[in-house]
Amino acid sequence: MNDQTPPTREMREAKLEGMGCKRKRVEDVRFTQGKGNYVDDMKLPGMLFGDLVRSPYGHARVKSIDTSKAMKVPGVLAVLTAKELAGVNLAWMPTLAGDVQMVLADGKVLFQGQEVAFVVATDRYAAADGVEAVEVEYEELPVCVDPFKSMLPNAPELREDLKGKMTGAHGPRKHHNHIFEWTVGDKTATDTAFNTAEVSIKELISYQRVHPSPLETCQCLASFDKVRGELTVYGTFQAPHVIRTVASLISTIPEHKIHVIAPDIGGGFGNKVGAYPGYICAIVASIVTGKPVKWVEDRMENLSSTSFARDYHMTCEIAATKAGKITGLRVHVLADHGAFDACADPSKWPAGFFNIVTGSYDIPTAHISVDGVYTNKAPGGVAYRCSFRVTEAAYCIERGMDILAQKLGMDPAELRLKNFIKREQFPYHSALGWEYDSGDYHTAMNKAMDAIGYKQLRAEQLAKREAFKRGETRDLMGIGVCFFTEIVGAGPSKNCDILGLAMFDSCEIRIHPTGSGIVRVGSKSQGQGHETTWAQIVATEIGIPADNLTVEEGNTDTAPYGLGTYGSRSTPVAGAAIAMAARKIKAKAQMIAAHMLEVHEGDLEWDIDGFRVKGLPEKSKSMKELVWAAYNKPPPGMEPGMEAVSYYDPPNMTYPFGAYFCVMDIDVDTGEYKVRKFYALDDCGTRINPMIIEGQVHGGLTEAFAIAMGQELKYDDRGNLHGGSFMDFFLPTAVETPHWTTDHTVTPSPHHPIGAKGVGESPNVGGVPAFSNAVNDAFNFMGGTHIQMPHDHWRNWEAAHSRGMHG
Amino acid sequence: MIPASFDYHRPKSTPEALAILGQYGDDARVVAGGHSLIPMMKLRMAQPSHLVDLRSIPELKGIRIDGTTIVIGAMTTQAELLGSAQLTAAVPILHEAALQIADPQVRYMGTLGGNVANGDPGNDMPAVMQCLDASYRVTGKTGSRSIKARAFYKSAYVTALNSGEIVTAIEIPVPPGKHGYSYDKLKRKIGDYATAAAAVMMTVSGGKVQTCAIALTNLGPTPIYCAQASAAIVGSGLDTAAITAAAGAAGALMAPSPDGRGTVQFRTSVGGVMIGRALQRAYQRATA
Amino acid sequence: MAKSAIKLKINGAEVEALVEPRTLLVHFLREQQMLTGTHIGCETSHCGVCTVDLNGMSVKSCTIFAIQADGADVITIEGMANADGTLHALQEGFRQMHGLQCGFCTPGMILRAHRLLKENPNPTEAEIRMGIAGNLCRCTGYQNIVKAIQHAAAKLGGREYLEAAE
Repeated sequence: MNDQTPPTREMREAKLEGMGCKRKRVEDVRFTQGKGNYVDDMKLPGMLFGDLVRSPYGHARVKSIDTSKAMKVPGVLAVLTAKELAGVNLAWMPTLAGDVQMVLADGKVLFQGQEVAFVVATDRYAAADGVEAVEVEYEELPVCVDPFKSMLPNAPELREDLKGKMTGAHGPRKHHNHIFEWTVGDKTATDTAFNTAEVSIKELISYQRVHPSPLETCQCLASFDKVRGELTVYGTFQAPHVIRTVASLISTIPEHKIHVIAPDIGGGFGNKVGAYPGYICAIVASIVTGKPVKWVEDRMENLSSTSFARDYHMTCEIAATKAGKITGLRVHVLADHGAFDACADPSKWPAGFFNIVTGSYDIPTAHISVDGVYTNKAPGGVAYRCSFRVTEAAYCIERGMDILAQKLGMDPAELRLKNFIKREQFPYHSALGWEYDSGDYHTAMNKAMDAIGYKQLRAEQLAKREAFKRGETRDLMGIGVCFFTEIVGAGPSKNCDILGLAMFDSCEIRIHPTGSGIVRVGSKSQGQGHETTWAQIVATEIGIPADNLTVEEGNTDTAPYGLGTYGSRSTPVAGAAIAMAARKIKAKAQMIAAHMLEVHEGDLEWDIDGFRVKGLPEKSKSMKELVWAAYNKPPPGMEPGMEAVSYYDPPNMTYPFGAYFCVMDIDVDTGEYKVRKFYALDDCGTRINPMIIEGQVHGGLTEAFAIAMGQELKYDDRGNLHGGSFMDFFLPTAVETPHWTTDHTVTPSPHHPIGAKGVGESPNVGGVPAFSNAVNDAFNFMGGTHIQMPHDHWRNWEAAHSRGMHG
Repeated sequence: MIPASFDYHRPKSTPEALAILGQYGDDARVVAGGHSLIPMMKLRMAQPSHLVDLRSIPELKGIRIDGTTIVIGAMTTQAELLGSAQLTAAVPILHEAALQIADPQVRYMGTLGGNVANGDPGNDMPAVMQCLDASYRVTGKTGSRSIKARAFYKSAYVTALNSGEIVTAIEIPVPPGKHGYSYDKLKRKIGDYATAAAAVMMTVSGGKVQTCAIALTNLGPTPIYCAQASAAIVGSGLDTAAITAAAGAAGALMAPSPDGRGTVQFRTSVGGVMIGRALQRAYQRATA
Repeated sequence: MAKSAIKLKINGAEVEALVEPRTLLVHFLREQQMLTGTHIGCETSHCGVCTVDLNGMSVKSCTIFAIQADGADVITIEGMANADGTLHALQEGFRQMHGLQCGFCTPGMILRAHRLLKENPNPTEAEIRMGIAGNLCRCTGYQNIVKAIQHAAAKLGGREYLEAAE
């Protein structure tokens, strides 16, 4: 608080609840009273319900589908199969990654849980009865679930539809189960760096198949109006406009006759970016029956069919000097995409932004290659609370750094400090082609190390290890270090599009005559609190209290076209569009103020909630007065009204970063672990609402904890998914979840209008390596270089066992 | 996940329930708390035509101490067990074990009878009952009989219960006032079944173990009562050699199935660790 | 399928309805009574988003049939606000302490916390964490949910809660 500031200014400022304010959330008023409006809460007159018959097999030919018994089930009105869908050219659908995917099994099934038939009935109970009554005859085929075996010469051919097509959406295919090879970097220079390296490491680092699992599953309600020829689809869509455009492109319905509406969404985390067969089936069923059709996935369907994440198998090599200066990085990735390439990446990026794998380090040369392969597993590969494949990249480099430190006999924090990109090197051009906008890594790392008491912890660890060796304890202590750099805010149209749709975002602001207004945005909140924070940006920019601004998203008829919310892109892209639209409002207000105050625009200065004449603070006009004038007394020649639209094509990505430390104790006899402390320092640039940022960090860290310590979608050799319910799939409760300590530095983005970078996914990106490094750090003094995730009791016990710790 | 159709019955007395069961035979299933059966019905892995809900039968409720025996009505919920100060004072292991079952909501609905009767090897109370040498009061159309918990479990989901019989009460011999106990359960998270769990009851005199009972959860198709392991402890001062001998004897009986919780080797090994922990805690409590 | 008549009290009001025996309580509440604040998340009784209060117990309404609730007294999130329309201390606590994000788990979480505080008006952090262990949240990491419940406990107990949301 500044004593020289007159209290009236403070009160004016406080009234805005603008940027930097821990504003309480607008959304909570309805959510805490059970008045949210999620898809399954909706009911339309005459609504029917659809349910899916799914494959029990991982790979099988569909010999026949008999729907006659199902049609006799009371309440069942229709059963769709690939045959019916083929009639409307929708047996297959395009994926976001340039592949095609069966909507309903066309001749064969390629993964357990694949959609085979869609039963439409008067209610969900009858639909479930109908599903049970559909008789499908299968002939089992050889199964391939292991990506390392998918390109063997004798591997079963999974995608018969691609037979003979040796060029895919991303170039040549090497094998019938190969999807693409993607390379970036200077191979010759990188090979030379390794050939001349004093020290190098090479490790296979796998990131297991996991799932975003929002508590609300994927669902939609499609309603086709035959009279008007118009389709309305309510759905759990993180990117409603993309869904509208795709729906128009694959149907014969013009885009203006499709209304896509995403109401409240119960968490997304990447699960709700893609288009799924259930959506297509509901739409077709509504067209066929002329009635609204609702489709709601159950939890097992969610875990087994819509959008896994990761399944990346990364061979990481780092070359360095004996003194610990990195001279080269080489990574090969075997990417398991499942039965169809349905990754939700910007189209030109088959492995997303995996080339951020140089991380926070000044690495002179690097080369990466990624091979995508098909297996008999569910399709997906979504960005689960991360920008596209950034989580995998961060895990790869941050494990690699620890492995290198171990080999060099150097402290892992010290190795990082030695190789960080320095503050004065920004904007920094990485060896794999990115321009990092801003950063101050040393400051962040040193602040974090001081806060956690890093040196003392290492001393304690040393003593504990000695005690362990003497047999005085059965606990190991691990200190996990992670310093990550994210790349978010996809993205500039020069390199980011989805099926040709440039990845800009948008905002439309309409201020009403009395000084309140509506802000419509192309993003779509799934819990991030956009209704709260977007208003804060506008409040600060134009001086209208956030409480007087309604934020609206998700209705494609009213929201300006936007690419939606995922990959931490909302603040970097939509947030920028909001500020730019607000500045257009402000510019018009300034012209009006100049006219009213009879001065030149240049003689005015902005003052919290209005303009005043420089040097004559008593001569001023509040925004409220200016808006009224904009409608009713505009300057001669000026159009009335107070509206602005901005479509923002970002000049660059943003690069949030952070320093995370995890202190963990592990019982070698049971594998039980206790997270003693977790400290997360995030730098997401300008902070719009610190309360919401901290909440995002808590949530992301909890997801990271779940992934690192227990999550795994595991298939057996026959293609059966194990762990496809919440009994087995590890979602921690309040009891398992550690306590989080958060901290921050602020390094604004130089190219973003308000300097913000995005934060929602940082804790997942940085959290996973911090946990995994802690576990590895606990064990590595007894040998070994890398323990694969998940680090559950069993694997921790195995790690101890293989190191001879059980006598 | 929608169950198939069924007819619902809510009898007011045990004879009425038995009559319904007699009438419909294997087409009928009894439901207690429902947290095992209803999910199975929603998955359509169970499709009874008749569901017989025991919740309105007064005589299946309640906890009473009857001289040397504690009688707990089969429909007594885990939450009611936890809420009974008298029971907790007399048999504290029940409180300790009940708290480790599922989560608060499930404990409000889940019953002791359901937990012991359905034969799920993941359920916690069967091993505790074997450890306590409890008996199950079982009633059928031909009358009532008592079956020892130690003789009740045949294989996974297969018990000594005959078709048409229901468990009406659990009878537990009142343990000595001064005793040690422990239920140690390793699990992945709240709501999970045990990776391995051990129940121990013990009396100690002059530093030497006088009586000891050990039983295990989810380390085989049935709960495992470890007579030999228990015998290995009796007479000892619970030294390392005795614990090792007990864990070894118990280990020979373990036959867990490999699953997401771990391999047979891991689960067997931590089964031994749970035994060790439970023995030591029970000993401390017995000697405190 | 033949339907049976049930009579129960929901949020203080007597309700009579016809249900199929297999109708789950959660579907009855959401689809027949239009009380859509109670959600469905996992369907195997692990996530707790369907939690309602039934005869003074927190119950997962996806794992009980409506017909089993015949004669019961049910409270859902729609019945939590105070009689004068102001928010219940828990509803207020969740907002003040940023105890929710997507809002999907919130009704179940609040109903569970309601029963917890009835049974233990002044719980420790560990007791709260154990007490809400049947309710999953994917957004918040629980830290602010714990504070929200502490905030409500303080308010209900006539005390002031001084900690801020993190």
